[in-house]
Amino acid sequence: MGRYVIRRLLQFIPTVLGTMFLLHYITSLAIQFSGNPVRAIFGDRTPPPALLAAVTERLGYGDPCLDQKGNPCFGLFLDRMQKIFSLNPDFGVNLRLRPVTELVSDALPYTLKLLVIAILFQSIVGIAAGVWAGLRSGSFADNLVKISTVFLISVPIFVLGLVVREFVGVKFGNVLRGQEWIPEVISRGVFSPGFKPDYPLASLIIPGMVLGAVSLATTARLTRTSIMENLRADYVRTARAKGLANKRVIGVHTLRNSLIPVITFIGVDIGSSMAGAVVTETIFNVPGIGRLVTLAARTGESSVVIGVVTMLVLVVLIANLLVDILYAVLDPRIRYE
Amino acid sequence: MSTDVNVKMDAIPGLDPNAMPLQVKDLHVEFRTRNGIAHAVNGVSFDLQPGETRAILGESGCGKSVTAQAIMGILDTPPGFVTGGEILYRGVDLLKLPEAQRRKVRANKIAMIFQDALSALNPVFTVGFQLGELFRKHRGMSRKDAKARSIELLDLVKIPAARQRVNEYPHQFSGGMRQRVMIAMALALDPEVLIADEPTTALDVTVQAQIMALLAELQRERNMSLVLITHDMGVVADVADRISVMYAGRVIEEAPVNDIYASPAHPYTKGLLESIPRLDLKGQELSAIKGLPPVLTNIPRGCAFNPRCRYAQDVCRHDPPVPLYQVSSARTAACHFWKEVKGDE
Repeated sequence: MGRYVIRRLLQFIPTVLGTMFLLHYITSLAIQFSGNPVRAIFGDRTPPPALLAAVTERLGYGDPCLDQKGNPCFGLFLDRMQKIFSLNPDFGVNLRLRPVTELVSDALPYTLKLLVIAILFQSIVGIAAGVWAGLRSGSFADNLVKISTVFLISVPIFVLGLVVREFVGVKFGNVLRGQEWIPEVISRGVFSPGFKPDYPLASLIIPGMVLGAVSLATTARLTRTSIMENLRADYVRTARAKGLANKRVIGVHTLRNSLIPVITFIGVDIGSSMAGAVVTETIFNVPGIGRLVTLAARTGESSVVIGVVTMLVLVVLIANLLVDILYAVLDPRIRYE
Repeated sequence: MSTDVNVKMDAIPGLDPNAMPLQVKDLHVEFRTRNGIAHAVNGVSFDLQPGETRAILGESGCGKSVTAQAIMGILDTPPGFVTGGEILYRGVDLLKLPEAQRRKVRANKIAMIFQDALSALNPVFTVGFQLGELFRKHRGMSRKDAKARSIELLDLVKIPAARQRVNEYPHQFSGGMRQRVMIAMALALDPEVLIADEPTTALDVTVQAQIMALLAELQRERNMSLVLITHDMGVVADVADRISVMYAGRVIEEAPVNDIYASPAHPYTKGLLESIPRLDLKGQELSAIKGLPPVLTNIPRGCAFNPRCRYAQDVCRHDPPVPLYQVSSARTAACHFWKEVKGDE
C-alpha cells in the first residue's frame, strides 16, 4: 500500500506539469490573439507607449513571443517553472500586483467549504434517498426518488442556481426577513441571495446544496440500483439464513457492498464539482477559487489562471487518491501492489 | 453458553421434543411474475427422523431449492409466496410463527448450506466476522469469545492454520475450503436439521468426496438430520437413507435409497438412473430423457411428466393429477403404471 501511494504521488508530477503547460499555452494563445491584457488597466485612456511597455514588462507580459500568433512560448514557460519550483515559490502577480499565492490562499477556504457542504449534502441525502427507494422497489418512495432525480439531473446547474437564488434567496428570504422572531443567521445568512461576509458559513449552505444537487441525484440513483442488486445477492440470502435481524442484514451485509460503486462515483465526481463550483460561485457571488478563475480568464491574467487551476488539479488528484485508498478499505478484494 | 435465546426457543408454544425434527406437509409455493404465476412447488410432503439423511433429487427448476428456501423462510417475497401447507419443526408450524420467533429457528435449529460458497459468503467481511456474528448475535458473546469459537469451528471442519485463516476473506480461500467455511457457519449453533442445497455442485470430484465425507462425519457425531438437495445420483447413493424424487414441483417417488436404485417405480426416476454413464455399458449410446422439463407457468394437466413418458396413456394426460400409489410399506410413487415400470426392469 505504501509503495502504491508513493507511485501515485510520483504520477502527480507529469500530470501537474502537463496541465501547467497546457494552461500556459492556452493563456498565451489568448494573449497572442486578443492583445496585451495590461491595456485593461488603463480603461478608455490610451497610455503612452513607454509607460505601457514598462508596466507590461513589470507584470510579466513583456516576452516578444506573446506577439507571435501560435508560438508556444517555451522560454516563457521555463521561466515560469523556474520561479514556481524554486525555494521560494513565485506564481507571479495579478494586474493589481497582488501575488497569486495570496489570492489563492484567500479564495481557497471558501471553495473548500462549499465543496464540503456539497459533498456532505450529496452523500447523506443521496445515499439515504437511494437506500429508501432501493429497499422498496416499485413503491411510492421508489417512484418519488426516481422522478425527482431525473428532474434534478436534467436541469443544468446554472438554471438551478439562478432559480434557487431568485425564489429561495430573494423571494422566500424576503418573507423570512420580514419576520422578527426568525434569527438573523437564518433570514440574512442561510436564505440570503448570495454570499454574505457577515455569515461566512451560513450563507454558503444554499450554494453548496445547489452545487451538490446534480451529483445528489446520480448518487441516489446509483445507491438505489446498487441496493436492489445486492438485495438479491446470495450472501444476503445467507445472512437471512443465519437468522440475523433484518436491520443487520440490510445495514451490515447489504449496505457495505452497495456503497462501493457509490463511493467511487463521489470520488470521481469531485472533479466535476470543481467545475460546478465555478458556476455556483459566480451566481452566488462567493469569493472563492471559481470566481477568481472566471474573472482572471476574462481579463487574461495568465499567471492567476495557471496558479489557480494548478491548485484545483492538485485538489482533484489528492481527492482521487484518497478515494482509491478508501475503495481498498471498503473492498478487501482490491489490493494495490 | 445457553442464554436467554434458548430459553425463548423452548418457550415456543406447542413445541414437542419427541416430534419429528422436520415435517413438510403439502407445501405449495408460487412465484407471481410478469409472465404469469409460476407453480414452483405443488404439494411437497416429506418427513425427517433424527439423524436421518433425506435426499431430494431432481433436475434444475424442479422446485427443490425453493422447497429448501421455504423451509428456511428466506424466499424472496415478492415474487415468491408460500400459498399452502405446513412446515413443522418438532410439531410447531413454522409458517404460523411470528417472524421474530421464526428468525430464532434459523441457524439455531434449522441451518442451511448453499451451493456456491464464493457468492454465498459476503466478499467484504472476514470469515471470522461472518462466523463470529452468529455467536455475537444469537448467543450474546463478546467479539473475543466469538473469535475463539470461530477458530474452533474452522478446526472442526479441518481447515489448516485456522488461527491465521480466521482473519482472511472468502476470496482468499480455495473452493473446497470455502465450502468448509459454509459448513462451519451452518453448524455453528448446533442445529438439529441441516439443509444442504447442492453442497458439492461447484466443486471438483475429489473435493466433492472430501466435503461429503466431512458432512457425513459431522452429521453422525451430532445425530443431526440432513436434507440433501442434489441432482447427482452418485452423491445420493453414498449418503442418503431415503430419497424424494421431485419433478415439476411434486414429489413423484419416495423410497429408501436401495429400493429406488434396485427398482424405480416411476418412469422419470427410471430415466434418471438410465442416464447415468456406466462402465459395463461402454460403447453404447447413453440414454437420456427426451424433451425438456415443463415451464412452471404452464405445467401439463394430469401427470406433469406425460409429454416425455414412454408409458403415458390417455389417463395420464387429463386431470385429476396422479395420486400417490403405495408401492410398498415404505415407498410411494405417483404413476398409474408403477407396476409396469417396476416390473419392466
